[in-house]
Amino acid sequence: MTATVSTAVGLSNALEVERVESHLHPDGSFDLADHPVPTGMEEIWRFTPLKRLRGLHSDASLEGEEYKVEVDLPDGIAATSVPVAQSARGIAGLVPSDRVSARAWAAAKSVFEITIPEDYAGDRAATVRLIGTGTELASAGQLLVRAGRHSRSTVVVEYSGSATWAENVEILVEDGADLTFVTVQDWADDAVHHATHHARVGRDANLKHVSVSFGGDVVRHDATAEYSGPGGSVEMLGMYFADEGQHIEHRLFVDHTAPKTKSNVVYKGALQGHGAHTVWIGNVLIRKIAEGIETYEENRNLVLTDGCRADSVPNLEIETGEIEGAGHASATGRFDDEQLFYLRSRGIEEFEARRLVVHGFFHDLIRRIGVESLESKLAETVEAELSKNVLKAL
Amino acid sequence: MATLEIKDLHVSVDTDDGPKEILKGVNLTIRDGETHAIMGPNGSGKSTLAYSIAGHPKYHVTSGSVTLDGVDVLAMTVDERARAGLFLAMQYPVEVPGVSVTNFLRTAKTAIDGEAPKLRTWVKEVNAAMDRVKMDNAFATRNVNEGFSGGEKKRHEIVQLELLDPKVAVLDETDSGLDIDALKIVSEGVNRFKQNGDKGVLLITHYTRILRYITPDFVHVFVNGQVAEEGGPELADELEANGYDRFVSAAV
Repeated sequence: MTATVSTAVGLSNALEVERVESHLHPDGSFDLADHPVPTGMEEIWRFTPLKRLRGLHSDASLEGEEYKVEVDLPDGIAATSVPVAQSARGIAGLVPSDRVSARAWAAAKSVFEITIPEDYAGDRAATVRLIGTGTELASAGQLLVRAGRHSRSTVVVEYSGSATWAENVEILVEDGADLTFVTVQDWADDAVHHATHHARVGRDANLKHVSVSFGGDVVRHDATAEYSGPGGSVEMLGMYFADEGQHIEHRLFVDHTAPKTKSNVVYKGALQGHGAHTVWIGNVLIRKIAEGIETYEENRNLVLTDGCRADSVPNLEIETGEIEGAGHASATGRFDDEQLFYLRSRGIEEFEARRLVVHGFFHDLIRRIGVESLESKLAETVEAELSKNVLKAL
Repeated sequence: MATLEIKDLHVSVDTDDGPKEILKGVNLTIRDGETHAIMGPNGSGKSTLAYSIAGHPKYHVTSGSVTLDGVDVLAMTVDERARAGLFLAMQYPVEVPGVSVTNFLRTAKTAIDGEAPKLRTWVKEVNAAMDRVKMDNAFATRNVNEGFSGGEKKRHEIVQLELLDPKVAVLDETDSGLDIDALKIVSEGVNRFKQNGDKGVLLITHYTRILRYITPDFVHVFVNGQVAEEGGPELADELEANGYDRFVSAAV
């Protein structure tokens, strides 16, 4: 553990990130006093239904332990629960940016650490399943994923069941490592999940960060990626399907803190049913030091029925003109009548045509996620979601 | 055996200034084995006729009838029309992201036939149909029309025509934007389709050049939402020589 701590210090010294005032990203703090109870008027809270957070954002106890954890690990990858005092938490640079995160940080008694050793290379995903068994008492979760230098691995975390869950996740991708990190929010309808992810990507390292959200009453994920050296690359992929009354929110922040780094963000979602609400905030900051970077972010929403709302806000802050490329795109629309007409003019019935279009909408993204063990599951989930509403109505 | 009969068809589209009538009483009968060419200047309503037959929601039939072997086509949904034996090769085939050509063709064939095609023979059929229009088999794994060139899209329409084997095919400016080689390939596809039984073909075109490769039995000149003149292939020759001026000035 001593070695771990010294590495952490070494990294944060090396980073020397220049302070940038940004109203989009208030400075983080571990001190709860710096995070007053939000009213909903704050920029970072304006879309979130605070009333449905079950007090995660105010003072609800986070002492609950209504969950169980299952792990399925390939040889060589370790996953274990470590008491906070002995854990390496903080190593990836997470500093709570809101009250839920700060409270969860303070309340966590242990850190679930997944460690991929240096030079590890494996195709089989390390899978952690967190199964909530009740919503009465809120719980604080803390996860640390650490991909050792020049390793190549995939880690999947699947959430299911019922829970009120406040969580901090740190992801450290050491120099030259290649990590695919996937979370699948397949919660029951009554779950509330607020997660803060923070990833630090090393020199010439690759992180594919994937978030898949289907279930839950309120799911809010804030994910930040920063770079501790040049040449790092981050791909953030997201897929979500919001049903009646569901709130799914993703707030992403790619902080280009080093030159020659890359980021590519693609989030796609479908909405159906009255009161289905999705929020996507895609922020990218290109700092003065980050010359020669490339970034692109994209959010697409397919609105399948009346009564849904999709908010989509890409933001790009650029402090250097010396970049390779920077762009973003956001589109929210209904079924494309011309696509449906084309398919139907070939004899394909309307419901089948709609099915094809929705599957098609997600298809390339699922392929890009590239985790074989998930591909069929994700397609099946899309199918199951479709049968709830779109196909039934026809 | 198939007869497509269009009687006194009036069709409007919604515009900002209210409904606008595009087709003003079209009469046309296509019997089995017949190829009809519809020619006309831009804006004469040729494409509207094609889309109205196929049932595009943008076009509102205000009066008249379209029947296929006596059955009311206008009462059918878009997909029912296709299953009844109508096919529209589109001027601008639509891209469908994330849906592979293979998946699309199999789904369409299953819908038309009412049962899934036998896997082993089907793959061969698809490959052969692509080979015939000189389309690389790699297109099968690509998304429908996505990133296809204009010519590739048109070839893909002909692949569908041959595989779905309708009773009556409506080809909406399938020749536009094709170079001479692609035009020949597409025309050969249509001719193969015609030989495949007593098929009706409604060939909508602005130019006469495709009629060098597909011989029409009848030529109709379409002006201002109506058939202005009808004749045999010789009418196409006259249009080739003189253009549409005679008809357009008469209409004005």
